[in-house]
Amino acid sequence: MWLYVARRLFLTIPIGLGVTIICFALVYLAPGDPIQSLLPPDASEADKIAIKKAYGLDEPIPVQYVVWLGKALIGDLGKSIQTNRPVIDEVMRAFGNTITIAVISVVLAMGIALVLGIIAAIKVGSWADRLSTAIAVLGISVPTFWLGVVLVIVFSVNLGWLPATGMGEGGSEDFSFLEWESLQYAILPIIAMTLTPLGILMRTTRSTLAEILGQDFIQTLRAKGLSEWQIIVHAIWNGAPQILAMLGLQLGYLVGGSILVETIFTWPGTGFVLNTAILTRDIPLLQGTILVLAMAFVLINLIVDLLQTLVDPRIKRT
Amino acid sequence: MTDISAENAALIPAPQKPVVRGYWGNVWNKLRYDYVTLFFLGLIIAIILIAILAPWIAPFDPNKSSMASRLKPPGFKHFVLGTDEQGRDILSRIIWGGRTSLLMGISPVLFATIIGGLFGVLAGFAGGRTNTAIMRTMDVFFAFPSVLLAVAISGSLGSGMVNQMITLTIVLIPPICRVAETATAQVRTMDFIDAARASGAKTPSILFRHVLVNVMSPVLVYASTLVSASILLASGLSFLGLGVAPPTPDWGLMLSTLRQSIYVQPLVCALPGVAILVTSVAFNLVSDGLRQAMDVKA
Repeated sequence: MWLYVARRLFLTIPIGLGVTIICFALVYLAPGDPIQSLLPPDASEADKIAIKKAYGLDEPIPVQYVVWLGKALIGDLGKSIQTNRPVIDEVMRAFGNTITIAVISVVLAMGIALVLGIIAAIKVGSWADRLSTAIAVLGISVPTFWLGVVLVIVFSVNLGWLPATGMGEGGSEDFSFLEWESLQYAILPIIAMTLTPLGILMRTTRSTLAEILGQDFIQTLRAKGLSEWQIIVHAIWNGAPQILAMLGLQLGYLVGGSILVETIFTWPGTGFVLNTAILTRDIPLLQGTILVLAMAFVLINLIVDLLQTLVDPRIKRT
Repeated sequence: MTDISAENAALIPAPQKPVVRGYWGNVWNKLRYDYVTLFFLGLIIAIILIAILAPWIAPFDPNKSSMASRLKPPGFKHFVLGTDEQGRDILSRIIWGGRTSLLMGISPVLFATIIGGLFGVLAGFAGGRTNTAIMRTMDVFFAFPSVLLAVAISGSLGSGMVNQMITLTIVLIPPICRVAETATAQVRTMDFIDAARASGAKTPSILFRHVLVNVMSPVLVYASTLVSASILLASGLSFLGLGVAPPTPDWGLMLSTLRQSIYVQPLVCALPGVAILVTSVAFNLVSDGLRQAMDVKA
């Protein structure tokens, strides 16, 4: 197993490097001269020369990449064009806010998915099975941004129960899950974020369990006199690695794909930063945020893979 | 649903004579009784027809604004679904918007199927270093969640229809390439390929007449499952202002501009999203049905 862990860690390095290459290339995708993308439109000639030096823009592209990568490794992702603050500060301040709602959403989704998925797998064709199929289809088909708008219309505009946007008076500094004053701001974004992972996790749970329950060893367990409930517990542990893999993937998708939900609810997370970067064409901010989010996704996948080896004794992928 | 019931059905001896139908005959026979898939297939055809026939069907000019009738509820005068913030007819805009939204959703899947499919077949058939080079490059793209990758490329390229199409095509190439590679690698080791080679077939002939034909159906079925995701991504990008430019009707863009008016006319503001949802559900269910009928596991 340790060999597998070491190999998995080693394999992450080329992927991580590849991700940095794509992020580096984003500046070159932007129309016009990269210097223009990196500076405010009213930058002086001196600024241009300075940034050319700082980024090594007069060097060949591979050299530029190495310079950029070296800076990125020590946390220097350049400065935002709009605020002139270091990109890394902007991203890190928002990162916690995104992680918070993403983790809660995925935990919530997993909880409901387990309950409904188990019932659906035991009683194929029952109401729970049909409900879970319907939610699964809706989950992958619903435009999240539309769901967000509908939630705001129903709960904020019509019922007036919850605030439509923002994160409360003091923003993330004052945010606390124990106080309704701030918690109420997080509820709608969390619901909007939950539906898609819920549908996918439910489908995974249901199909994984249904498959395991059809295997021979379940008959053996039944013959040994285990109760149905004990059998289910056995089946869940058996399917845990698959479900865990999907759980990790969904968490990664939520963290990386939070832009739509955060834009609707003006939730001050990384997605909101990305949206601001797009609207103001702030390429350094865009590039830095994308890099951090993609790295987070790679890291989440790595952790999930390693957890899987712990949960699944069958993995002897050495 | 099928896993267990199909097993039970297999236990019951079939009394009737086996009918020889061939592969496509079997597929059609399964689809014929799958009413859900057929219904949604009909719906897709209807949506596409409505989009194509928009100039003749739409009751009003989708861009004709009128300051006097801004943000009216459904049923106001002759506006069946109400009007938007510039007094334009919502129904006409949804009908016309289908053109952009469907085009932006479906065409990237087609491009990505061709490009990704070719790379995948090449990787799977050539093996060795070619395979490593292509597949490891694809792995890097898999290190991005699709929404993030789309936002990264689109955000850097800037808005516009062509840029959006390029973005979505790049996002969809890696998954299709992976499926094509797997399918090709499986086919390549099969006996009939050896038989073809033994009987003197040249590599190009083997590729086109034997490999491609067998790889095509799993790849196409898989591509069909991506249409819904592509429509959602495309409308999401439009919602963020990275799609078509404002006067052009597009479902995602409509939702984005109408969002400012949810306190005035909430029902009307939710309507363009319903169009996206219905289309996306239809494509998802049809591709599910197709996958089951063709017995492809992807």
